[in-house]
Formats: sequence, C-alpha cells, structure tokens
Amino acid sequence: MSAVLFASSLVMSQIMLAAAMVCAAYRMIRGPRAQDRVLGFDSLYISGMLLILTVGIRSGSTVYFEAAMIIALLGFVGTVALAKFLMRGEVIE
Amino acid sequence: MTPMAALPDWAALPTAVLILLGATLTLIGALGLLRFDNFYRRVHAPTLGTTLGAGFVLIGSMVYFSVLESRPVLHEILIGVFTTITTPVTLMLLVRAAVSRDLREGKSRAGG
Repeated sequence: MSAVLFASSLVMSQIMLAAAMVCAAYRMIRGPRAQDRVLGFDSLYISGMLLILTVGIRSGSTVYFEAAMIIALLGFVGTVALAKFLMRGEVIE
Repeated sequence: MTPMAALPDWAALPTAVLILLGATLTLIGALGLLRFDNFYRRVHAPTLGTTLGAGFVLIGSMVYFSVLESRPVLHEILIGVFTTITTPVTLMLLVRAAVSRDLREGKSRAGG
C-alpha cells in the first residue's frame, strides 16, 4: 500500500516538473525579448535537473545524480555566457 | 519497481511529501514565469524553483538514498550549494544586461 502511494506521488511530481519545463519552454520560444528567452532557458534546465533526480529516485540508482550535477554546472556556464553576450555583444572581453 | 518496495513506511512518507512539495513549488515558479507581464517581474518567479523547489527535492533524495543504502548519502548537498550560490549570480548578470539594453534603447527608466 505504501509502495503504491510512494510510486504514484513520484509520478505526480514528475508530471508537475514536466509541466514546469513546458512553461519554461513556452517562455523560451515566445519570449518577447532576448532576456526573457535566457530566463526561460535558466528555468528549463533547473526543472530538467530536478526531473532527472526524480527519475533517479524511481530507478533507485545514484548514476542519475552525476547527470544532474553536470546539467547544473553547464547550465550555469551557459546562462552566464548568454547574459554577458546580451550585455556587451561579446562573451570574452 | 523493486527498490521502492524495500523502503520502510516511515521513510517513504517524508520522501514522498518532500518531493511533491519541491515539484509543486517548481511548478508555481514556472507558472509565475509564464503569467507575469514584465521582465523585471518575471525574473523573480523561477527563483522559487531554484531555491526551495530544488532544496526540497534534494533533501527528499538524500533521505531516500540514505535509508535505501543504510549509510549517509550526502552528495546531493553539492548540487544544493551550487544552485544556491549560482542563481543570484546569473540572475543579477541577466538583469544588469536587461537594464543596459533598455537604457540603450532610449527608455528613460528601465522596467517601464
């Protein structure tokens, strides 16, 4: 009984994280300006990282943790590079 | 699936509550990102997902794997510390870029 409840709550949280990714992707595609698109990308990779963590909990292996860590690291670098580009027009000054 | 059946009840309940809470907060933040009408209002919303939402999901994951492997599994703290440190940095850089773009285009005050 408890296992069924646990599994269904995990599926529900995965559905909610996927809905959050859809909202962020909508803002990334239809954002009126470039900074809205970068903000949507930032929110998208955070939600994707949490979704991968819940997949790791469902499968019971810690391998997915490394994927989430790499997404967090590379997403930070990407957002900083895009913000620098919006500020000056070039990434490395 | 098999690993979830090995989890005792006293650990399954807090894990499920923490992960549901984190996912709900992330969804609320994304809805705010979708619904607010101005960039300077929108930039506040997704931080709910990156701080509290990620924090709850990571604590739930820590509880789950610690009970499942019957040893303290704490490496999720790495992601938590990393997102907590980097989110203000990225969003302040982004808002400064947006302000300078707005001012460059001749708006007298940014955020109008």
